[in-house]
Amino acid sequence: MKSFNLTLIIVCFVLVVSCGVNDASKDGAALQDPTTIVIEGTMEAELTAPPFVPAPVGDRPAKKLIVNMEILEEVGAMADGVEYVYWTFGGSVPGSFIRTRVGDEVEFTLSNHPENKLPHNIDLHAVTGPGGGATSSFVAPGHEKVFSFKTLNPGLYVYHCATAPVGMHIANGMYGLILVEPAGGLPSVDKEYYIMQGDFYTKGENGEPGLQPFDMQKAVDEDADYVVFNGKVGALTGDGVITANVGETVRLYVGNGGPNLTSSFHVIGEIFDNVHVEGGDLINKNVQTTSIPAGGAAIVDFKVDVPGTFILVDHAIFRAFNKGALGMLKVSGEEDKQIYSGEMQEGIYNPEGGTIQTMPDDGSTVVSAPATNKSLSEKIASGKQIYTQTCFACHQSEGQGIPNAFPPLAKSDYLNADVKRAIGSVLNGLTGEITVNGEKYNSIMTKQTLTDEEIADVLTYVYNSWGNNKTNVTPAMVSEVKSSH
Amino acid sequence: MRPIFRLIICLFMFCTVSANCQSKMVKIEGGTYIPLYGRDSLQITITDFQMDVYPVTNQQYIEFVKKYPKWKRSNVKKLFADGNYLRDWKSDTLLNEDQSLKAPITNVSWFAAKDYCECQGKRLPTLDEWEYVAMANKEMPDARRLKDYNEFILSWYEKPKTSTNHIGSTFKNYWKVYDLHGLVWEWTYDFNSVLISGESRKDVDDDSNLFCGSAAVGTTDLMNYAAFMRYAIRGSLNANYTMKNLGFRCVKDENN
Repeated sequence: MKSFNLTLIIVCFVLVVSCGVNDASKDGAALQDPTTIVIEGTMEAELTAPPFVPAPVGDRPAKKLIVNMEILEEVGAMADGVEYVYWTFGGSVPGSFIRTRVGDEVEFTLSNHPENKLPHNIDLHAVTGPGGGATSSFVAPGHEKVFSFKTLNPGLYVYHCATAPVGMHIANGMYGLILVEPAGGLPSVDKEYYIMQGDFYTKGENGEPGLQPFDMQKAVDEDADYVVFNGKVGALTGDGVITANVGETVRLYVGNGGPNLTSSFHVIGEIFDNVHVEGGDLINKNVQTTSIPAGGAAIVDFKVDVPGTFILVDHAIFRAFNKGALGMLKVSGEEDKQIYSGEMQEGIYNPEGGTIQTMPDDGSTVVSAPATNKSLSEKIASGKQIYTQTCFACHQSEGQGIPNAFPPLAKSDYLNADVKRAIGSVLNGLTGEITVNGEKYNSIMTKQTLTDEEIADVLTYVYNSWGNNKTNVTPAMVSEVKSSH
Repeated sequence: MRPIFRLIICLFMFCTVSANCQSKMVKIEGGTYIPLYGRDSLQITITDFQMDVYPVTNQQYIEFVKKYPKWKRSNVKKLFADGNYLRDWKSDTLLNEDQSLKAPITNVSWFAAKDYCECQGKRLPTLDEWEYVAMANKEMPDARRLKDYNEFILSWYEKPKTSTNHIGSTFKNYWKVYDLHGLVWEWTYDFNSVLISGESRKDVDDDSNLFCGSAAVGTTDLMNYAAFMRYAIRGSLNANYTMKNLGFRCVKDENN
C-alpha cells in the first residue's frame, strides 16, 4: 500500500509538472485518461432487480461488459387491490441495476418483447454520446438493438426510456440505475441496496381499486397519486424490508426516476455518514436529508449502531405517509444503551402543579356535570364550532341546505315542530322521506358520534339561528331522548 | 358483352359465394385536414377513396398465402419479411389453437401487406388517408380534440393482448369503419415518411420537433400524446419488420 501511495505521489507530481495547474486540483482518479484504459477480456454483466445490487467490481480490470436488457410491458400491483400497466427495463421498476467500472466497454443489447405495443429506447446518463444511447437503441416490439459505449466518468447514473412521449414512458416506470465504479471500486461495505423513487399518476385517486390507467393530465399538472420507492406501495415494507446487523455499514444507491418530483431522501433515526452528492465525486458528511432530483441519484452510507426499524422516507412527508414513499430498514443485534437508551421512565406531566389527578368512575358524570353551568351564549358559541365540523358540509353555512339533497335547517318547520325528533335524528341518524318547508327529501343522515352535551350545544345553536324558535336544548333533554329508545 | 366484363361479373359472382374473397369497403369522402405534425398553413387534401371496413383477417391471409405461395412462411425472402413473419402460425397455412380466423392478421411485413392489397386490386392507405379516417369517433369526422376519443386510444396502449380479439370488436366510426383504434397498429403505404426516430431527437431538421423536445415543450394536450405514440411506432419500423401488434387494411381509389 505504501509503495502504491508513493507511486501515486510520483505520478501526480509528474502530471502537475507536465500539465501545469489544471490537474493540480484533481485527485488520483484523474490519473489516467479513461479513454485510454485498455480492456482485458469479456464478461456478462450481472443484472439485479431492486432492492439488490450486483457484486462490487473490486479490483478487476476494465473489460468488455455484455449487458442484455429486455423491455416488458406488464400488469403489476401499485398497492393492495390497485393494478397498473408498468413498462419496465428487465421486468422490474426500477429496472435492473447495472454495475460497471470506469473504462469498461459496455456492449448493450436492448430487446423489445414481441407482445409489447410500443417502441422504446434507452438513454443512459452514464453514456458520453448523442442521446445517451437513445439515438442508437430505438427498437420496435419483437426486435433488438445493439450499441456499445465506454464508461468514462465514475458515478451513479440514471437510465430511462426517451421515446415520445418521454414523460409517459418514464411515468410508467421506465427508469433504473447504472453505477460506474472508480478503478479499484468503491470502499467495501457490509450491505448494499438499490432504491429508486418514482411518482405515478392514475385515473383514480390514491387507493381506488382496480386496473388504473395512466392519467396524462395529472402528470402534466404534477399532481401525483402515488410517490413510491421501487415501483409500488410497500415494496420495502413487510416481506420487502431491507436488513442489516448492528455494527455494519449500509450503502444505499438511491435514484429518482421522477418524472416530476424531487426527493428529500431521509432515513428516520439515522444520519448519513457519507453522501456522494448527486451521485458524483463530491462527498458530504453527516447529512440528515439529501436532495435527489428527478433524473438524478445519490450514494449514501451509514453505520448502523443500534437495533430497530429505521424508516426510509421522502421527507416531503405527505408523500411518505399518504402516497407510499416509505420503506424500512430492519437492524438486528445487541442494544447499545449509551447510543440510544430506549424509554427510561414514564411520568405524569402536569403543568398546573402536583395535585393528584383522579379519573372519573363513569364517563357520563363527567359529561353532564359541567354542562348545566354553561350560559346560553357559551352553548351557542360551542355549538357553532361543532356545527362547522359536523353539520356544515351538508346543511351549509347559513343552514340553507342543498335543494333536492339536504334539507334546510334555517326557518325549518320540521325542526321547529318537534325538538325530541331533532335530538333523535342527531343521536340515531335519519333515513327515509321527509317533508321540510313543503319540499320532499329522501336522503341519509348518519348517526353522529357526539356527547350529550355537544348535541345539546349544537342544537341550541341551530335553534337560536336563522329564524328558528330559540329552543334551549339541555343535555338532560338529550339523555332523556336517548333513554327513551 | 366484352369478355373482360364477363370475367369481372364472373369474379363478382364468385366473390359473393366465397365470403372472404373481398372484404367490405365503404366510401370515404375527401376533405382537408391538418395533421399532427402540421401547422395551420399546412393543410393536407384527401380525395375520395374506398376503405376496408375491417383490418385483413387471419382467414383472408391464409387464402392469400395459399394463392401466392411465395408469401408462405417457409418461402418468404428475408429481405421482405423478418424472422417473426407469421411466427405464431402452426404451419404455412394453419393457425395455432389459440389463434382465431376472425382476428386481424399480424406479424406481416410492409412488403407482404402491400402485395396483399395489390393482389386484391387495392393498395395500402397513405399515412394521411389513414389518419384522416382515424380522426373520427362514432359521431363526428374529426374528434381529435375530444377527451374521450383520446382516452380511448391511450387506454388501448395499456391493454395487453388485443391482437387476438376479433375484427369489429371496437367501435364503428363516423365513416362506418371499424377497429382503427383499439385492435392493432396498421401499416400505411408511406409509414416512414414522417420520421420520429431515435436519430431525430438530436437532429436540427424540422422533424426533430416531433420528438422528445417538442413533446415536452409544446404539447400538453392529450391529442398529441395519443397520436405521438402512433407516429413513434411507425418511426421504429423498417419495411421488412413484422410485429405481433401490427396488421393492415387496404383502400382503393374511388374511380376504380
